[in-house]
Amino acid sequence: MSATSMQHPEITASPYSTGYKIRQGVRVGFNYLLMTLLSIFFLFPIVFMLVSSIKNNETQVLMDMSTLYAFVPRGEIGAQNYYDVFAQMPFERFMFNSVFIVGMMVIFGLMINSLIAYALARLRFKGRALLLAIVIALIIIPLEAVAVPLLLLVNRFGWLESYHVQIIPFMADALSIFLFYQFFIGLPRELEEAALVDGASLFRIYWNIILPLSRPVFATVAILQFLTHWGDFLWPLMVTRGEEYRPLPVAMQQFFSQDPKVWGDIMAFAAMITIPVLIVFLLFQKWFVQSVATTGVKG
Amino acid sequence: MAWAFSLPAILLLFVFLLIPFLMAIGLSFSDQRLVPNPNLATQFVGLRNFVRIFADETFYRAVLNNFLFVIIVVPVQTALALLLAIFVNQKLKAVNVFRTIYFSPVVVTMVVVAVIWTFLYNPGEGLINKFVATITFGLLGPYDWLNNPNLAFPAIMLLSIWQGVGFQMIIYLAGLQDIPVYLYEAGQIDGANKFQQFLHITFPMLRNTTIFVVLATTILAFRLFTQVWVMQGPSGHPQGSTITMIVYAVNQGFKQGKIGYASAITVVFFIIVLLVSILQRVFIREERTVN
Repeated sequence: MSATSMQHPEITASPYSTGYKIRQGVRVGFNYLLMTLLSIFFLFPIVFMLVSSIKNNETQVLMDMSTLYAFVPRGEIGAQNYYDVFAQMPFERFMFNSVFIVGMMVIFGLMINSLIAYALARLRFKGRALLLAIVIALIIIPLEAVAVPLLLLVNRFGWLESYHVQIIPFMADALSIFLFYQFFIGLPRELEEAALVDGASLFRIYWNIILPLSRPVFATVAILQFLTHWGDFLWPLMVTRGEEYRPLPVAMQQFFSQDPKVWGDIMAFAAMITIPVLIVFLLFQKWFVQSVATTGVKG
Repeated sequence: MAWAFSLPAILLLFVFLLIPFLMAIGLSFSDQRLVPNPNLATQFVGLRNFVRIFADETFYRAVLNNFLFVIIVVPVQTALALLLAIFVNQKLKAVNVFRTIYFSPVVVTMVVVAVIWTFLYNPGEGLINKFVATITFGLLGPYDWLNNPNLAFPAIMLLSIWQGVGFQMIIYLAGLQDIPVYLYEAGQIDGANKFQQFLHITFPMLRNTTIFVVLATTILAFRLFTQVWVMQGPSGHPQGSTITMIVYAVNQGFKQGKIGYASAITVVFFIIVLLVSILQRVFIREERTVN
């Protein structure tokens, strides 16, 4: 399958011949080499961040930054930079804000978006086709195109400086509805029909039959929403001023733009945003990868 | 009952997406300020904002940058994603480790990415300068990447590709795994080499995946904002060389308080995104009928 090897396998003699084995070995070795070089490209900034964050001595961080020592924990190693971050700001507050905001957004989003998708996919009602068309059309409107008027609107509601201003506007999501919709129309109808005959309510069918069958798509939407909103920057920047409701990315940017820059502390802050997500990602790697893959199925 | 299920989502999409969208259009014809002047009511100004936009050099620069970013990042990122997907689709030991590694930048939040790379791009003694000097035997560099108007935008392109390519790779990987094995077996019998197999089997079979990847990446690329804002600030430093439409719109509306003008920029932004995606779709349809 590799595009890098262009030999003609059909010309080679028996797969048991020494020549074939050597060529295979070289091919595999070459692939590993290339994949490892690519790994360096993808890993070096992350390793750089983690290693710099545990170097307590700022001079050491700066001294090492232009050499391979940037990737070697040496000198005074410890968690001092992490303590410094906590000493300078209520980091735990920002962490709670981010977790709470994104958590609420994802949980309510799953309910709201899957319910409408269920109606669109499984129920016949007047205006269904039009509603579906509108939802699909809405996928194209990016937040960035409506951020400024949305700010005026929530300001009129008196919503600035709050959690709900960061949660409610993004619970409903056209793309999530579409992903649920696509999954639901693929489910077999027999189970529902049996339940209908038994007199189950539509909500019961949704809750007891559709939902348990749809765990993969729920995971997909949850992961995609989490990844998108964990890094949200533009909107929280617009609607928060003080520290009380500020999420991590905005806090990070404000910490970063203060002078003088203490890179060890900055990297510790960056590491603390990244490590929890990295751990979750490594634990649920399979789910992550599958869920991203399913978004591509739309073709 | 169907409407009861749909109501929460409809209501939210209506209030927080459709209304602001219509408001953006309405505001683009007004001189609305972020902090209204009590003595001067907001007025309907007709096409004045749009007339100004089309005489605004910064705006042209922003549009140009957006297109530059799309024209360079989308093909490079898509090609690299396909290459990576082919690599990690091989039946080799440890291939899962490589999948994980290539995907890991995707889970690093863009603000964090911007901060790390700012450090890597340090003028003079930074790691990237050292690397460039080493591979060119000291011929090139050092550069002041983020303060050099010719280098700042390419520097931002590089980290954007680094962060985003793993996502596309996984989508390609799923596409590759959907290709039936017998096609390759047939190809081998017909005497196609690996490269010919790629050209005549893999690539055509990935058509739909490629369409999806290109469409999605293009729209995401047009929305370029966070990296620029964090690394280069609201003005698209240096000398506006990294300004994009969204950075300019947020700067005008949020920093300068010119809501009407900012809305006009976002309206033009939306029209451009819409036109590009319609064009892509038309282009793709035509190809479909040819096939």
